[in-house]
Amino acid sequence: MARLERIAYPAALVLLLLAPVYLGAYNLALLGRFLAMGILAMGIALVWGHAGILPLGQGLFFGLGAYGIAMHLKLVALAPGEIPDFMQWNGLDALPWLWVPFKSGVIALVGALVVPSALAVALGWLLFRRRVGGVYFAIITQAMVLAATTFIISQQPYTGGFNGLTDFSSAFGFSLIDQRTQVGLYVVTVLLLALLFFTARWLLSTQFGKLLRAIRDGENRVRFLGYDPAPYKVAIFAVGALMAAIAGLLFTLNIGVISPAMIGVVPSIEMVVWVAVGGRESLSGAVLGTLLVNFGKDKVSSSFPDLWLYLIGAMFVLVVTVLPEGLAGIARLLTSEPREESRKTLVVPVILPADEPAKNSKSRSA
Amino acid sequence: MTEFALLTGQAFNGISLASILLLVALGLALSFGLMGVINMAHGELLMIGGYLTYMMLQVLPHGIGYLFGMVAAFAGTGIFGAILEMTLIRRLYGRPLDTLLATWGVSLIMQQGARSIFGPIGDEVTAPKWLTGSLNVSSGALMGLSLPVVRMFIILLSAAVFGLIVFIILRTRVGLLVQAVHQDRDMAEALGINTRRVDLAVFALGSAVAGLTGSALALIAPVTPTVGQNYIVYAFLVVILGGLGSLLGTLFAALLVGIFSAGCQIFTGVSTSDVLLLLFVIAFIQFRPRGIITISSRSLEGS
Repeated sequence: MARLERIAYPAALVLLLLAPVYLGAYNLALLGRFLAMGILAMGIALVWGHAGILPLGQGLFFGLGAYGIAMHLKLVALAPGEIPDFMQWNGLDALPWLWVPFKSGVIALVGALVVPSALAVALGWLLFRRRVGGVYFAIITQAMVLAATTFIISQQPYTGGFNGLTDFSSAFGFSLIDQRTQVGLYVVTVLLLALLFFTARWLLSTQFGKLLRAIRDGENRVRFLGYDPAPYKVAIFAVGALMAAIAGLLFTLNIGVISPAMIGVVPSIEMVVWVAVGGRESLSGAVLGTLLVNFGKDKVSSSFPDLWLYLIGAMFVLVVTVLPEGLAGIARLLTSEPREESRKTLVVPVILPADEPAKNSKSRSA
Repeated sequence: MTEFALLTGQAFNGISLASILLLVALGLALSFGLMGVINMAHGELLMIGGYLTYMMLQVLPHGIGYLFGMVAAFAGTGIFGAILEMTLIRRLYGRPLDTLLATWGVSLIMQQGARSIFGPIGDEVTAPKWLTGSLNVSSGALMGLSLPVVRMFIILLSAAVFGLIVFIILRTRVGLLVQAVHQDRDMAEALGINTRRVDLAVFALGSAVAGLTGSALALIAPVTPTVGQNYIVYAFLVVILGGLGSLLGTLFAALLVGIFSAGCQIFTGVSTSDVLLLLFVIAFIQFRPRGIITISSRSLEGS
């Protein structure tokens, strides 16, 4: 596998970088958008696959990143003293204070990344410190994204409401309609994806990564060994949020619109299924799953819109029951590489509680 | 309308919301407490109950028809829940996060199925005569107060269902088995209790209650394929606040959430009160991370 990776990753990178040469404008735009989402998916693989924290509200962090940059793009298009069109329609006559800093591109970029990460740290610190985990945490993140989207929709004069923010003309001096800008954005997306992919791989190979997996497989045992799991969980949750925010930023630049419908409860949980399809522990699987599910959605829902929901519903069920390791599991079966963990784990069945979740899923798949 | 009447009215709204949340959350709390299963398709069970009532009213005369609709919703959804448990949920015991995802998939399929069969637009269930109208106060301190009969009916229904479930758990043999499995699954199994059957019964009962709830909710708003989504997240918050599957905790939590939301809505809009509710839940968890009522246990990793 290791030797395979040494060839496969550079090959994939070259293939992706050359995509503008062999793909049409439409498919290139799709690919760029989905690769941006791939960054978010890698974040979920870290948080869910390696730390065992199921995040059902990644759409919120994605959305904060997206709205941050979208607010800036909206303001850049204006003449001095003007306010965005939807604010005029809603009877505002001055720019709300929250919008003022976003006139500066640098502040918008920094804000789009810092605000979601800070929010994740705050939420994680409040909950993990009190040992709220598992299903509880998952549901609170879902409630959070629900509250955030209804709030955004209700504050139409300040957020654009249900329609979201769109009609951008240029970003940082580049015209967004220009095809060259689109190709440039695509290349930036691929390079960022690659950079974050290798960073995440490195992160997982460190002591920190090892501790994350230990927390996932037996949080109390980690505690008994003298570690406090909370800071590690907060940290990885924030990393996941940051990656979601980066994805949101790139996504908005690529597609030119952001609206609450793209970040709500349903999109947020769909993000998890991309990762589940690819294999929850595998970073490359997460990206691959994102591409596969999204291209599938694009092709299927354009010709059979009704079929898509059945399909994705079935995908949830099947991936969880039959294929908990996703595509990465199939890949491993094909290359018949044993799990790294299972070679190292010393199984002492006597002291394990009978219904410990992690063990059940392992023993079935190993 | 006097200020006092306004406050009383809002308190009534809060209790009304609480009674709905209690009905929705009861089934969730039962299966979560007993099996550690999070059923994301619970909202769609409400939807099934609503549609079953709607269909009954298509063939039966109004008035008495609604009662049959409730029975059909209770029984039909219960059977559906039992099938769901036997085919899918049983395979996922001990993997709560995976159950959550799988049942979410089920809920998507059910929503789309309903959309194909009944169409995306809501189907109206007209309330029978004895449930229409409202109780109006025309004089005294509560002048101007108006309490819809349907809402009062749901509050009574919710109290009755809660009482019935508590009775079953505390006073019947089945309830004794449920308590045994809840307290110590392995020991119950060792004593010869067929825990799988207890799980099945509890899940079916929880589903049946959801169906009944759907039937009641159909009186307030049209049945749509996504009707369940309006309630499910709040119901989960109630379960979290209440404590791991504790019935009494669920009752308190439903009241807390209902009255908190209604109280907020005196000052702010619905969406702001949602945000406040979530902040409240997170703040509350700081003090009682395991919910209002916790069961002390010697086991390290939950029950």
